Amino acid sequence: MVRILGILVGLGFCGVAAWSLLWGVIAYIAEPPQATVEARFHEHPRHEAHFEFEGPFGRFSHNQQQLQRGMQVYREVCSNCHSLNFVAFRNFRDLGYNEAQVRTLASEWTHKVTTINPQDGSSMERNPLPADRIPAPYPNEAAARNANNNALPPDLSLITKARHGGAHYVYSLLTGYRDAATYRNHDGQALPAENRPGNGLHFNPWFPNLNLAMQAPLRDGIVTYADGTPATVDQMAQDVSAFLAWTAEPESDSRKNMGLATLIFLLLGTILAYMAYQNVWAGKKH
Amino acid sequence: MSFPWAEQYKPKHPLMRWLDERLPLPRLVYNSVGKGYPVPRNLNHFWNFGVLAGLALTIQIITGIVLAMHYNSNADTAFASVEHIMRDVNGGWFLRYLHANGAAFFFAVTYIHIFRGLYYGSYKAPREMVWMLGLVIFLLMMATAFMGYVLPWGQMSFWASKVITGLFGAIPIVGEPIQHWLLGGFAPDQATLTRFFSLHYLLPFVIAGVIILHIWALHIPGSGNPTGVDVKTPQDTVPFHPYYTAKDGFGVFLALLLLAVFVFFMPNYLGHPDNYIPANPLSTPAHIVPEWYFWPFYAILRAFTFDFILPAKLWGVLAMFGSILLLFFLPWLDKSPVRSATYRPKFRMFFWILVLDVLILGWCGGMPAEEPYVMISQLGTIYYFAHFLIILPILSWVEKTLPLPNSISESVLGETAEAAPAAALAKA
Repeated sequence: MVRILGILVGLGFCGVAAWSLLWGVIAYIAEPPQATVEARFHEHPRHEAHFEFEGPFGRFSHNQQQLQRGMQVYREVCSNCHSLNFVAFRNFRDLGYNEAQVRTLASEWTHKVTTINPQDGSSMERNPLPADRIPAPYPNEAAARNANNNALPPDLSLITKARHGGAHYVYSLLTGYRDAATYRNHDGQALPAENRPGNGLHFNPWFPNLNLAMQAPLRDGIVTYADGTPATVDQMAQDVSAFLAWTAEPESDSRKNMGLATLIFLLLGTILAYMAYQNVWAGKKH
Repeated sequence: MSFPWAEQYKPKHPLMRWLDERLPLPRLVYNSVGKGYPVPRNLNHFWNFGVLAGLALTIQIITGIVLAMHYNSNADTAFASVEHIMRDVNGGWFLRYLHANGAAFFFAVTYIHIFRGLYYGSYKAPREMVWMLGLVIFLLMMATAFMGYVLPWGQMSFWASKVITGLFGAIPIVGEPIQHWLLGGFAPDQATLTRFFSLHYLLPFVIAGVIILHIWALHIPGSGNPTGVDVKTPQDTVPFHPYYTAKDGFGVFLALLLLAVFVFFMPNYLGHPDNYIPANPLSTPAHIVPEWYFWPFYAILRAFTFDFILPAKLWGVLAMFGSILLLFFLPWLDKSPVRSATYRPKFRMFFWILVLDVLILGWCGGMPAEEPYVMISQLGTIYYFAHFLIILPILSWVEKTLPLPNSISESVLGETAEAAPAAALAKA
């Protein structure tokens, strides 16, 4: 009885699914789906940059110079619009700064910390301390949109974890601005006129919508690196991408170190457990 | 419980004797997972996965309890509190990554455990209750995982909760009130988050309770085995301890090794980047996808695209829930007296088609709802329902099965002329 009912119910579900399939096939043949402009022009992140923190043996500590340069790019360029809400100045110790340097970095930061005057309760500003999170450039979303042609600059703390491709996405985007009028995709097609950037937008095929509100933020020599590295756009894009990968995963180095130790421990444990298993079952056919 | 030749618990120490007469807890352990539980001697490594699922639940409960000490179920601060765990709590990143990947691990071992049961006919008499309690655990796991995924209050958290509770909205007349009742409002918000947190903390303990019933029901007939032949003599079994504790120990270490690779070296590989963007009710992600372990069911849900008497969305919801509920009837849909697929060549072929079908459905479920993925998931859905509701019932009428060995020990220790071809076929 259950089997008869089962077959009837099964025929029902299969029939309705086949009905959907039939109409889907008809629609597919009648109107084959066209690739959207975004699908034809959107590029996947280029994995051109070599980052020394990648892979099981890569560590942020292998190239602290790059992280410091990236921090400088963030401080002098990105931080004018983008916040870094989840990072505190004390975290900069991981980049190779000592305590005094962190204190100086904090107190000389462009944006100040808004606080309450303990004397009279009024609002006041003070210099950041190492324990403070990095102050945001705007007090709230409305102010941020007002200053940026109604676009909201996203917080960058987690940006490399929040995008496919991570640091390579950031690098590709920062070096990906192209002239919409002359750009050709790899099929040699020009961007349709209606998809050209409108007022206040900028064409960048590494951005999913193809046009974004942020104009190309980097120009050669826009920062002067303390370590004398030439500040080309490519160099700065790599450095700030590495820095933002660190802000997203500051635990990465200790995670991988602990991971290797754990794997060695578990590997030994697995070998011992296997030997115990063989030992217990020795002479027992199964 | 179990077989007459099972070892009896004999407390040696006076203290243990005293305890045994008052609260025979050591006796219970001895009879459940000790020397007192005779188990077929021929279990293969697929029988490790029940223990691994228990291990996964233990990991989830321990890490979850500590995470709950630091997590904040306030819609304004939930996302930041997760980052607080990741950055400022000592070892917080380890707890969270272990918990997130532990959920994936839990589902992975449970799926293998379920497919083990499908292959070897573990759902058949006299183990129907074991099978159905297992399905209850599976449903509870899905509810728990879904609500846990909402807690970080990222973009995917928010939109997944909107889509999944929206499924109830497809029910005619009462659907919308049910949806609002589940959410505690018209859209996911503070009320949703706090109730999901509360239930996410509760349900694992309900799962633990049903696991006790699951194991209890299992211990009435005893464990099945790869031949599907009943245990007959003491030669067919070995005591659980030390034989299967040793074998499970090896499996546990191997599984932890694999889990550690994910936790320490690719902790976000199975997650979606969008969940690192704070929830924003005004911005819909380009593709809303659940975690990978829901993908086959998500594909079934989206396979129904045209109305047929009922709205397409309602068909999708019915099919998605039906795809799991039908498994409760499996012991009565597949009436073949032979349990193990080893002796059912046709069943075996269809079983592997089903495995492939579920993998394809999973692949489609992770893809955007575009052609050709929708058409492929429609084909996959048709096979899924046909397999359980049409093919298996008919197969159990018409299939010619291979001869079974006379006993487990015969199939292990030496094959008689009659059983040899069956074993040879099974290997081929």
